[in-house]
Amino acid sequence: MRRGVRLGAPLFPAAAALGASFGVLARTAHLDALAAVVMSATTFAGSAQVAAVSVLGAGGGVVAAVFAALLLNVRYAPIGITVAHAFRGGLLQRLVESQLVVDESWALSGGGGKRFDRRVLLGVGVTLYVAWVGGTAVGALAGQAIGDPSKFGLDGAFAALFTALLAAQLRGRSPIAVAGAGAVIAALLIPFTPPGVPIIAATAAVLLGWRRA
Amino acid sequence: MSAGWAVVLAVGVGTVGLKAVGPVGVAGRRLPARVTDLLALVAPAILAALVVTETFAAGRSLVFDARIAGLLAGIAAVALRLPLWAIVVAGAIATAAVRLIT
Repeated sequence: MRRGVRLGAPLFPAAAALGASFGVLARTAHLDALAAVVMSATTFAGSAQVAAVSVLGAGGGVVAAVFAALLLNVRYAPIGITVAHAFRGGLLQRLVESQLVVDESWALSGGGGKRFDRRVLLGVGVTLYVAWVGGTAVGALAGQAIGDPSKFGLDGAFAALFTALLAAQLRGRSPIAVAGAGAVIAALLIPFTPPGVPIIAATAAVLLGWRRA
Repeated sequence: MSAGWAVVLAVGVGTVGLKAVGPVGVAGRRLPARVTDLLALVAPAILAALVVTETFAAGRSLVFDARIAGLLAGIAAVALRLPLWAIVVAGAIATAAVRLIT
């Protein structure tokens, strides 16, 4: 586990800074500081949290915000299955430990392959958890001190952040084709549907991958 | 309960459940490769849609405003391989700057 903490340490500043960004951005959805911190402590998944507050802030409603966030976290079901064999102990212990599975802790601990080490995953996970929740608290309190979020360009910051998260996903031809189709579907639907629906409908682009597979 | 808290609780409970599927639910079983491949494509589809709506949507209309500067700054920052927090800051500064001068 100590090895995991050491492996995760270089990621600490980045995770804290991003947690702080989320805390500030949560302001655009009128989340108070406590709600932002509770979300980081329970959800502990950056892109889903940012998606939820951006959809909510844009007037997309509760259902669309939850739908977008949970779809971004669906990947944790197959990811969790790849490491399931290494988890021991009672139900409660496995439940708590499973919450420390995030993209980075999974990847740094061997990604469920032959050299997968559960204690490394837990060490990286704990390190990132502290950084993420602590950073959120700092950002959320700063965000509450800010008046109108658009004055500081926070609405434009979402576009930049999602671009970065998307770029990390674009390896290979299928993801690029699916992303392009998803963007087109969303753009076409914006004038005709309530906010939130374009994002949900864009998931239909996944079917392009079905035909290629 | 406010809409914000409803989202926080629903996403929290749902995510805890999704993360628990493997370590708590199944042990030793694996999903077919075709299914995991398809699930891997959900994130790019949603993130691309979020880029579009966060840049061009204002309610039910497509608008072209200062957020485009945020998007372009974000693309430039990604191309320069800046860290994630710097990409966020670049997007905010570019958007605020364009809004200030227009």
